[in-house]
Amino acid sequence: MATVRDVIPPFQLLQPSSLEEAVELVADRRDDAWIIAGGMDSLDWLKDRTKRTEAIIDLSQVDELRGVRELDGGLEIGAMTTLTDVAESPLVRERFGLLAEAASLVASPQIRHQGTLGGNVSQDTRCWYYRSGWTCYRAGGNTCYADTPSAINREHAILHASRCVAVSPSDTAPPLVALDAQMVIRRGERERVVEAADYFVGPDLDIMRMTVLEPGDLLTAIRIPSTWSGARFYFEKVRDREVWDFPLVNVASAIRESGGRIEDARVVVGAVAARPLRLTAVEQGLAGQLLNAQTIARAGEVAVEGARPLRYNGYKVPLMRNLVQRAVRGGPLPASA
Amino acid sequence: MGDNRLVGQNYRTPDLVAKVTGQAKYSEDFRVDGMLYVKLLLSPVPHGRVRSIDTSAAEAMPGVRAILRASDMPAPADVVTDLGETIEANLKGEQALTDEPLYAGEPVLAVAAVDEETAAAAIEAIDIDFEPLPFVVDPLVTLRPDGPNARLEGNCWGRPADNPQAPIDVQEIKWASADFGEVREGRLPEGDAQEEWQFGDLDAGFREASLVLDETFSTANNQHHVLEPRSALAYWQNGKLFVHAGTQSAVQTVASLARWMQMDMEDVVLITEYTGGGFGSRATGAVIYTIPAVLSRMTGSPVMMRISREEEQYIGGIRPAIHGRVRAGFASDGRLLALDMTCVGENSAYEPQGDAGFAGTIVSLLYQPRAMRMRGTTVLTNTPPRRAQSQPGGMQGITIMEPVMSKAARQLGIDQVAIRRVNAPVGKAPFGPAFGDFRPTCTSSFLVEALDRGVELFDWPTRLARSGQRSGSKVRGAGVSVSTFVAGSTGFDGLFVIRPDGRMYIQSGVGNLGTESFSDVHRVAAEMMGIPWDKVEIAWGDTSQNLPWTCVSGGSQTTHAMTRAAHAAASDAIAKAQQIAASVLGGNPADYRCANERISDRSGRSMTLAQVAQRAVQMGGRYDGHELPEDINEFTVRSAEALAGEGLMGVARDNYERDGTTFAFVAGFAEVEVDVETGDYRILDYLAVGDSGTIIHPKSYGGQILGRSVLGMGHALAQKTVYDQHYGLPLATRMYQSRPPTILDVPRNMQWDAVDLPDPETPVGAKGIGEPPVAAGAAAVLNALSAAIGDDLFQRSPVTLDTILMALEHGQAMQEPLTAHI
Repeated sequence: MATVRDVIPPFQLLQPSSLEEAVELVADRRDDAWIIAGGMDSLDWLKDRTKRTEAIIDLSQVDELRGVRELDGGLEIGAMTTLTDVAESPLVRERFGLLAEAASLVASPQIRHQGTLGGNVSQDTRCWYYRSGWTCYRAGGNTCYADTPSAINREHAILHASRCVAVSPSDTAPPLVALDAQMVIRRGERERVVEAADYFVGPDLDIMRMTVLEPGDLLTAIRIPSTWSGARFYFEKVRDREVWDFPLVNVASAIRESGGRIEDARVVVGAVAARPLRLTAVEQGLAGQLLNAQTIARAGEVAVEGARPLRYNGYKVPLMRNLVQRAVRGGPLPASA
Repeated sequence: MGDNRLVGQNYRTPDLVAKVTGQAKYSEDFRVDGMLYVKLLLSPVPHGRVRSIDTSAAEAMPGVRAILRASDMPAPADVVTDLGETIEANLKGEQALTDEPLYAGEPVLAVAAVDEETAAAAIEAIDIDFEPLPFVVDPLVTLRPDGPNARLEGNCWGRPADNPQAPIDVQEIKWASADFGEVREGRLPEGDAQEEWQFGDLDAGFREASLVLDETFSTANNQHHVLEPRSALAYWQNGKLFVHAGTQSAVQTVASLARWMQMDMEDVVLITEYTGGGFGSRATGAVIYTIPAVLSRMTGSPVMMRISREEEQYIGGIRPAIHGRVRAGFASDGRLLALDMTCVGENSAYEPQGDAGFAGTIVSLLYQPRAMRMRGTTVLTNTPPRRAQSQPGGMQGITIMEPVMSKAARQLGIDQVAIRRVNAPVGKAPFGPAFGDFRPTCTSSFLVEALDRGVELFDWPTRLARSGQRSGSKVRGAGVSVSTFVAGSTGFDGLFVIRPDGRMYIQSGVGNLGTESFSDVHRVAAEMMGIPWDKVEIAWGDTSQNLPWTCVSGGSQTTHAMTRAAHAAASDAIAKAQQIAASVLGGNPADYRCANERISDRSGRSMTLAQVAQRAVQMGGRYDGHELPEDINEFTVRSAEALAGEGLMGVARDNYERDGTTFAFVAGFAEVEVDVETGDYRILDYLAVGDSGTIIHPKSYGGQILGRSVLGMGHALAQKTVYDQHYGLPLATRMYQSRPPTILDVPRNMQWDAVDLPDPETPVGAKGIGEPPVAAGAAAVLNALSAAIGDDLFQRSPVTLDTILMALEHGQAMQEPLTAHI
């Protein structure tokens, strides 16, 4: 049968107006409904008719899922809070500036007004073979088109590829992992809390999913503990265009220092693997070290150990190395260097 | 002319309020009762043939009204141009639909249904099978001895050697394996060229040269990315076809539609008040517009065809990429003594674009080499149609040549502006090959003046002093580029009527694609007539409104061509008004002048133009358009006949002499800052200085010069097409994936200026400005990049951060310069 990549096929529109109604609907319709937050990822799939659904559960009317609240000295951010609201929230900016920064660099102003934090961390990969409807591993097939001799894979993975070489496109995921955030997931009456680092899954674990969310699950909120409040933060996104672009590589870090010595660190890199990578070897190497040129250089080198570039993405290795160094240093190489 | 100074002044264009308030209706915004909707079935393969098809399930679906196949479409027909020349139909040219698709995404059939949901579902209900055929998506691959061809008949267009008068047809061109010997070193192979010309003594030039460079550079394929896709609405009333569609040229699109539909022009009406961009991709509309027209005829209902962004990426058109190789010999003062240029252009499997050859023509004018050989070859690939894009050929040729000029300046120790100045065309400079003893010339060039103005305004010495200086992770670079392109045609018609109400009704056949020339050019006529702008009404955008024959708004023709036509029509009306005045008031016609809505002589004889118009109606004949000039186009004749008797008619063909071919020039200056830790770079500042004669409307001029500069910057920064060569399929099928520049990618405070010196070969002195800013924008950025990070680190555009970072990391270029679509 022929293909047409336009016009969303008819669907049943379900618009719960409360959290409990939403949770119930998501559970009841777990086999045939598609949950839409801002729709920035979903509508593409549906309009392309590459993925289909009988019903859409639109969360836009659920006010309880929106907003930034103080919680136990940290923050709880509703999954439906728009990226604009995250970027502009005084609480987020004051305590976890790297998350506000990351949210402000997502896509474009229009997309940030509509896109949500929950959607941004739950979005599917942007591998252009997969998005174009090629029947790759991730789409249930038995090959990876992005990892062939002719493949154009400039934007693909250099680390932890396992059959699939797609990458996580999220800008807010690395800061959340760096901040030890927790993802609050409802499934019927049951609420479970998953560490952000465990929320994202690579192809080694499940090649057809980007997160642990299963049918029937609803991400309701993201909690950021007070753990890293007051630490030195860094976020940087490198992309081809200054707006409306996914990261080629992004980096987020939280570093606690005392007397010129690093006490503890979180360093997370995005768009180099299918999930945001927390660089524990780098973090361990930094702990207890003086913040000097040698420490910075070493952190970058350790970060990219084991990287395996493809034909067109070799640049991601020095880019990731340099971004990690910047994160540890706290910025670009200064003029005096 | 009293105080009625309009040329050179800013004003509110008649489309402005509608555009900024959203009142303006583009083709997709129209609704008609009983309208059907179209969806297209696009080819999933790069080359194939429909082997079997079953549409029965689709036809049985409620709401499906018609399924249109290629065989239902009118066959390609011969064209008779307005010069009376017959162009034979190219039976292998692009059609609206095909059973042998030659690129992935090519429309194969169309379904009309009561709504889009039904039409899309009907497409999915069609069982279609394609016989896969050989394909290729890389020009150098098809040139190899064993390379596949894009068409079964071959991989290029040409004429048989023994019959150069034959119509062009598909042929095969292959180069020898030995020609590809230097590809690994990044050098373009130089096999036998399709097109070759030469002037001067090349060998002597190289012998005398102090420096000889041999450089290869590749430009990218770039989609036009018009904001309004090729959507169209069509319906029939009383045997006439009405089409709402975007186009660059209102009047000449009627000619195209009539030809594609095999109809008389009188039976085609085009409504096109607003068009969301063209850039050469729809100079006279698009053949795809015939789909709703034919479906509407089949169904008896109005038919809307909404084109999606992805469909637009396929059918919208692409600027041809060119691989170029240049051997250039320079004297110690930077003078270009010898230039040996080879260009390989990538074409779709449809009509050939002349970019690869024209690149050399433009380069020959811009750098005035003492001797030059140009070799151009254009080969076919299974990729979407190549169409002219702003500064076609010139943009690529200059982008190939500019890095050579920059490198030569550095090696010779000459300032970047100085080397361009010493080679710049001056006055009526020659270009292209000689025809016997004669070499064609441009009408004027004030490029040196533009460069000098730019040096001052951009504070070039200060930028130069910090160019290449590193501070932390940042290093700056300053670059300059020159540019040129043809900027005007001649021979079109002007038409207006001054009615007894004292108002001037101007008929504009120009397309409104955003340049404002549809209105700007007529300021000339109003100024000459002495009629204030608020008493001028412009009819445009609806070809039933009696419009004159008008140039195509492509190749920067309009400002030149239609200010001439406006001048001719106004001169005609003034002469008539003088005779009327003299006959009514006495005196000598030649002593009368038009100003302040009156015609008067110095002795105090005077009457209003309203009175003149009244008198013209009474006198009839040629005064009110009942008798018309014999040399105007038949299209203009019909329009003028319909307007006859309404008042004083100005109607004339532009018959002004012109010595030379009209070209405009630009000097572009850029400063960039590169972050050596990421490879990312920003354009900090940009200045473009134009030489395109007298400026008609400064605001639209500024919009053109800076807007087209941004188009060029996009070619330097990130914009490209992407194909997987093994499958022959596109990967960057959306705007965000092919990455045209955004407003945040360009400097916030870009500046423009112009030398504003009139061209001596046109009565108003104005030339077009649309094209030459493009290459200047692209190449000034590329040159600034080299100034920042060094020569030889990139050999293709766009230059993205991965290229820069890898080159800095490895101390040498690491990219693949000659692989297409990566």
